[in-house]
Amino acid sequence: MTKYSHDMLIGELTRLSDSKPGIMQALQRTQELLGFVPDTAIDQVADVCNVSRAEVYGVLTFYSDFRREAPADVVVKVCVAESCQSVGSRQVVKELHDHGYDVHSGNQKDGIACEQTFCLGNCALAPAAMINGKPLGRASATSILAAAKAAK
Amino acid sequence: MTTVFIPRDSAALSVGADLVAEEFARLIRERNLDAHIVRTGSRGMLWLEPLIEIDTADGRIGYSNVDAAGVSELLDSGVLMGNAHASRIGVVDEHEWLAKQERVTFARVGIIDPLSLSDYEAHGGLVGLRKALELTSDEIVEQVTESGLRGRGGAGFPAGIKWKTVLGASADQKYICCNADEGDSGTFADRMLMEGDPFTLIEGMIIAGIAVGATKGYIYIRSEYPHAIETMNEAIDIAMAAGVLGSSVCGSSKAFTLEVRAGAGSYVCGEETAMLESIEGKRGMIRPKPPIPALVGLYGKPTVINNVMTLSAVPMVLANGAAAYQALGHERSRGTQVFQLAGNIAQGGIVELAFGVSLGELVDGFGGGTLSGRPVKTVQIGGPLGAYLGPDAWNVAMAYESLVQAGGMLGHGGIVVFDDTVNMAQQARFAMEFCAEESCGKCTPCRIGSIRGVETIDRIVAGVEQSKNLELLEDLCETMTDGSLCAMGGLTPLPVRSALKLYPADFGITGGQS
Repeated sequence: MTKYSHDMLIGELTRLSDSKPGIMQALQRTQELLGFVPDTAIDQVADVCNVSRAEVYGVLTFYSDFRREAPADVVVKVCVAESCQSVGSRQVVKELHDHGYDVHSGNQKDGIACEQTFCLGNCALAPAAMINGKPLGRASATSILAAAKAAK
Repeated sequence: MTTVFIPRDSAALSVGADLVAEEFARLIRERNLDAHIVRTGSRGMLWLEPLIEIDTADGRIGYSNVDAAGVSELLDSGVLMGNAHASRIGVVDEHEWLAKQERVTFARVGIIDPLSLSDYEAHGGLVGLRKALELTSDEIVEQVTESGLRGRGGAGFPAGIKWKTVLGASADQKYICCNADEGDSGTFADRMLMEGDPFTLIEGMIIAGIAVGATKGYIYIRSEYPHAIETMNEAIDIAMAAGVLGSSVCGSSKAFTLEVRAGAGSYVCGEETAMLESIEGKRGMIRPKPPIPALVGLYGKPTVINNVMTLSAVPMVLANGAAAYQALGHERSRGTQVFQLAGNIAQGGIVELAFGVSLGELVDGFGGGTLSGRPVKTVQIGGPLGAYLGPDAWNVAMAYESLVQAGGMLGHGGIVVFDDTVNMAQQARFAMEFCAEESCGKCTPCRIGSIRGVETIDRIVAGVEQSKNLELLEDLCETMTDGSLCAMGGLTPLPVRSALKLYPADFGITGGQS
């Protein structure tokens, strides 16, 4: 909660355009503003949405996009679904691991984290990756790490 | 002034289209050339990306696999006049790969500026909506029913019948929900349409709204598609400002507004009832059916849920008439299907054709075989819940019923190709692993069955009590198929069983089982 005070966050959340602010949308807005959803934000989302903390926690832990800790400077999404498997994504994952990046845990190293994802919709130019939201096709461990370093 | 068309589709961006566009812009300025750049969607010939096009008197001339470093040399060789160059592929519309297709839903993708409403109208946009505004609700629903349009999300349910149910329900509020949670590996048609021709989807949703009496629509787009989300949001703003959306659709007495809801990384939210929960902001847990969403849907109100491809076919159905759409197709699969060629394939991309084309024609004909140059071992059709088929299925006609007869399913029309280096036991294990990862957890066969499935496959591959464990796996698959609440657990056995049946050797199963 460095950039936003509790009041500011509540203000932002209540300004959600939709008349029916869902828990998920409130959490998405929180993450947009803070980069992650700190534990302290759970109460505020519960207040704004008029639901229990348990319900907020339930939604927070259901979706893989939500982070509960600050993300790395550069987040790399690496596709591990079938299309990418067919052109060597298993090898890409292995090589990233050799470089110290485990796509299962999404550990941070030198400001970079590599996380697995199931399909980025770039299946004809696989293996696919996304570096801070920028798509990378025909990806290799080398091209992924080069793009990630350039994005820092 | 010469126009240079450069794609902004995220597949093209993934191989450097933005850098190419920047370099063109820089050199046009620096050399004071009489040219400007228009960013378009992609033609769907993805192995040629970045594919740029130059407007000439002969038509739009394409130059393929352009990279930023080569732009200067391209300009030197007179690319703005459409001159010869090693990367020149000729008039793009006449390219064999495109000329053989029947583009209906994708007619404008790659051609127009996706965010220019005037470009959209100049290419036949809004004709369907204007016709719909002159018809009664019943007449629109009848047109859609007569066209034979079936749900393109996978289930293939007739769109007209679904619409009729919602039209017949009385409620103070009804909704149109577009399922753009295109999570199947090997599918990208929804994404490419939303990035390349978003107004088509908007028009289709407005027509659906007018047809059933719904005034509010939601487009649920997965978060893995940030470019599609951005383009759809911009297109909605443009349509609102132009009066296409809003309290008076195109100056009529009808109202319709649209909102994008982003997903948050959950495959099961592509299941329609889980999607409704997610739009409402809850955990994406599936709802038991009945009641069907057409009667009790979003916020408990009657709701049309259709896929992007279904809704995007609607404007053409209205514009050209139900008969024109119905005239295309194969048996009970009418109209066109947007096939997506993916994975280990030489020429991957979008192939829109009337239903009925053979699988072999798609993989070997359009696709040109594998990218690696090795023999094709198998293809998976319809995403992670679809069956694996081998080259002996090459003659199967690509349509709903004929694929089911062949032991597969069409799903969303994605075809993932694998060469002979793939290990099918590994693929079967992945199917169970994926189900375990993405199960919403509501029903036991899916939540627990998938985990037991991974373990059982591991034991089979390790040669541990193989025949007993094969029996157990079959029993497990049966329970998941019959006992799961939705397609997630219900269809996971499809890839597992097909892999086991076609490629037992990959599981270490020889003639004599231990």
